[in-house]
Amino acid sequence: MIDQLKKYQFLFEELVKRDFKKKYKRTVLGMGWSILSPLLVLLVMKIIFTQFFGRTMTHYTTYLFCGLLTFNWFSESTNLGMRCLYANAAVFTKINVPKYLFLLASNVQTLINFALTLLVFFLFCAIDRIAFTWRFVLLIYPILTLLVFNIGMGLVLSALFMFFRDVDYLWRVFLRLLMYGSAIFYTIDQFSARLKLAFACNPVYRHIAYFREVVIDGTVPSLPAHLVLAGFALAAFAVGAFMYKHYNTKFLYYV
Amino acid sequence: MSKPKVMLACQDVSIRYMVGDFKAIGLKEWVMRRLTGNYKVVDFWADRHVSFKLRQGDMLGIIGTNGAGKSTLLKAISGIMEPTKGRIVRRGNVSALLELASGFDGDLTVKENAYLRGAMLGYTRAFMDETYPYIIDFSELKAFEDSPFKQLSSGMKSRLAFAIASLVKPEILILDEVLSVGDGAFKAKSEAKMREIITGGATTILVSHSIAQVRKMCNKILWLDKGRQIAFTDDVEGACDCYEAFLRAPAGTEPKFDPDKIAAKRAAAKAEAERQAAERRRQEEERRRKAAEAATELARLRAEAAKLEKVRRILKGSGK
Repeated sequence: MIDQLKKYQFLFEELVKRDFKKKYKRTVLGMGWSILSPLLVLLVMKIIFTQFFGRTMTHYTTYLFCGLLTFNWFSESTNLGMRCLYANAAVFTKINVPKYLFLLASNVQTLINFALTLLVFFLFCAIDRIAFTWRFVLLIYPILTLLVFNIGMGLVLSALFMFFRDVDYLWRVFLRLLMYGSAIFYTIDQFSARLKLAFACNPVYRHIAYFREVVIDGTVPSLPAHLVLAGFALAAFAVGAFMYKHYNTKFLYYV
Repeated sequence: MSKPKVMLACQDVSIRYMVGDFKAIGLKEWVMRRLTGNYKVVDFWADRHVSFKLRQGDMLGIIGTNGAGKSTLLKAISGIMEPTKGRIVRRGNVSALLELASGFDGDLTVKENAYLRGAMLGYTRAFMDETYPYIIDFSELKAFEDSPFKQLSSGMKSRLAFAIASLVKPEILILDEVLSVGDGAFKAKSEAKMREIITGGATTILVSHSIAQVRKMCNKILWLDKGRQIAFTDDVEGACDCYEAFLRAPAGTEPKFDPDKIAAKRAAAKAEAERQAAERRRQEEERRRKAAEAATELARLRAEAAKLEKVRRILKGSGK
């Protein structure tokens, strides 16, 4: 594995560079846009939903931002990851390269995007008078697990996308559903126990909840909360890795 | 003297290929077709029971009509596909130059594309840094270095692709119709470069529709037809003759590698040629003999004429 990584390091770097250049080089706003766009969504949500939920809640802006930050990363990463195998079909049908490299490269890009938004997030936290404690270091954990989860979902989706092109459409519908089902702009406190269980099964919500617990409540999440995040990440990754291994030489039939 | 070591061995390789309705259909259509029983996927054997062995320095020419399974076999050898049955043993790194111009990114510049392609071919960054000036020089694209790739003509694209790909120093090299790239001047340059790589000791596999090229460069021939192996032989001339005979034959003729028949035909042709040469020699002799005869006759007549002249002079003198 280490040997493999070393061997393909140059290719990996070049793929990351390519994705980056393609995304930013030829737009006027470039990288700024990828920060500005979630901020605009944040602004809209803040204006609309403060009327409904914000009145009873302290730090509502931060609450919103926690949700948007996490959800946007997941959505962007899976959307981009889904197409990366198909988009590179001309390459892997001609040259024998490990196919997961394309996905990893696209995830590096979305990770960088996320990191930039995270900086803005901390800025907003400061404005919202959030107390910065040592517990913020814990945020590395959900970021890591979500990264692995994103990669796992990307593996699954990009493999499915090779077989069925309308997965793209279905996934977009699902993402919309997930956005409304991840308690980004509302709380689930007043929901029934059964409904709360449904939220507990939502990986994206669990990551958002972890973020909020650390940032807004300033507490350390429980051990089960940690284990669940790792569980989601590993499960998605295992399924994705299995699909890639199983279909490795079959993808080219579908190009 | 020991033989050079075996670099590549295909042992009874069969590759099954899928064709049918599965391609580019959506989930929705897939479900519908499954329900209505309108879902057809056909397996066919792109290659069946192909076996051959190549030693170091060998140059194998794969010949066969379209759909013979050449490209599929190459994909299996380069590791992009796996054989359904049989085994492929490779000793050394394989570098495949298949359909060079595809796989570039139109939005990147020439330089960025060059580095990306180099990375895909397994070069290191240091190697690319070092050889990039040479690549741009060889492909004659210095003026276009920083322009987007999509602005290049297709000839320029293949020139760049060739320049990068030809830097490989593989132990096993696969060439799929890549020897003729670009216009006249560049073609000569690329062919020279190609020969340099081949003579550098690599074991090479060449797929070409140019039989003349195969005859000129290869020392072994693999002939495929509809996935079946018709012949694997080092009788390059024999196989090429048979193949050309097959191409000329009316449609429906079974391809057959029959070197003895070809040899007999060739022997007959040789005998005929010899007979004709003998005939020509005989005619030449005849002509020469006749010429000699004519020459003697001429000399005789000249002597006669001189004699008569003398007589004429004597008579003239006595008349005075």
